[in-house]
Amino acid sequence: MALLQTLITTIYYGLIAYVVLILVWNLVRTRKWQNEVLYVIVLIPFLLRLFRLK
Amino acid sequence: MVMSAGRVDSRVHGNVAIVRKLAFGALGLVLLIASGASFYRHRHLEEPVVLSAGVTEVKRLGEYFEGVRGTVNDCNVYVFEGEEAGATMMVIGGTHPEEPAARLAAWLFAENAVMEQGRLIVVLSANRSATTVTRVGGAYPPDFTIPTDWGERTFRMGDRWSNPLDQWPDPEVYIHYPSRQNLAYVDIRNLNRTWPGRSNGTLTERTTYALMELIRREEVDVFIDLHEAELQYPVISTIVAHDSGEELATFVSMMLSDEEFSMGMEYSPKNLHGLSHREVGDYSEAMSLLFEAPEPFLDATRGRTTREQLLTGRDEFVVKAGEHGLLFEQIDEHGWPIDVRVGRHTSAVLMTMESWTELYPDRPLRCRGVPRYAAVIERGVGHWLRDPSMADAGRVVTE
Repeated sequence: MALLQTLITTIYYGLIAYVVLILVWNLVRTRKWQNEVLYVIVLIPFLLRLFRLK
Repeated sequence: MVMSAGRVDSRVHGNVAIVRKLAFGALGLVLLIASGASFYRHRHLEEPVVLSAGVTEVKRLGEYFEGVRGTVNDCNVYVFEGEEAGATMMVIGGTHPEEPAARLAAWLFAENAVMEQGRLIVVLSANRSATTVTRVGGAYPPDFTIPTDWGERTFRMGDRWSNPLDQWPDPEVYIHYPSRQNLAYVDIRNLNRTWPGRSNGTLTERTTYALMELIRREEVDVFIDLHEAELQYPVISTIVAHDSGEELATFVSMMLSDEEFSMGMEYSPKNLHGLSHREVGDYSEAMSLLFEAPEPFLDATRGRTTREQLLTGRDEFVVKAGEHGLLFEQIDEHGWPIDVRVGRHTSAVLMTMESWTELYPDRPLRCRGVPRYAAVIERGVGHWLRDPSMADAGRVVTE
């Protein structure tokens, strides 16, 4: 059980890092300022989790 | 070389876009740092405990089971050896750290109790992980402050469940061990749904397993789990007792209701698993009791969730719910202040010692130094919290 949890948690943090990269990439590529605001806001909870703050 | 108007326009637009992205990014960074700092402060806020003269030893939970050693839940265990022999009582606060009166009542014992007869074991943060997070989306305050005679003391506000940073993921359905009863998925992180614990389970299960090991090894006679409940919950202002503790709980309930305040008594359901009042009694020799005090802060119909509401227990919306007959406890404009809630718990624990001694005079429990209900209300909880700066360094520990 504990091993499974560790495995899933590791994969989960990998997925978070991947989503963060995608969001940053989209932030760089987009031309609409509304999307830029959206990407910045959406990034925050992912970064908080990645840094183990929340 | 002359640049075309179109290329100049494109370059200017490109520069504007870069500056705009940097500005939004910087704004996001500010929000990230501000929120991150708040969460970090909450998770790492140190709560001092000035040891009572009666504390003879401070152990760690990890001494009873290495599966929690060094983890966030390797909490302090305060031991009070009595001046004379007697029975052993264990009191835990912080099973649900969103119920602060439970922790504070245990705190008053840690900082004031002296055992004259028998032995007392106190835990302030039974689920320490749950003291480092508040309910997601609940807008709970991260901490609260109690005014004292010498200044103030700040405590972490917590949650009902272990921090997802410490235990994750949750299953679709939580299957309780060893009963195999199906419970709500999130309750796999609820310390009061994981008794008697599992040595190779989740952090929360390992914590209850360690607490069970403590109870068994220290041969605890009476185990008390302190809680608070919303007024819309039927199990409130009461003692929930395991079969083995029914006589004791009835005695305590009668004495409290006669001398101090109304206190009910209920039987622990035999087919509801994972709760301390059932499993501690089933898996050890201890009589297991659970005390509930009213906390309007937890009610779903509450208004703004603030520090003031947490401490005063006043809420006009909960009062309105009472007017509609939706509550199982009374409330008026005076609310349920923290002093009243803490005083109920300290008196209930002291009355349990006295009742135990009446029932089992050959193994007494007698304690001094801890204020009862009326005294806590008259002088406030803060009066019994000691100043860490005035204490010997060796007599101050942190939670």
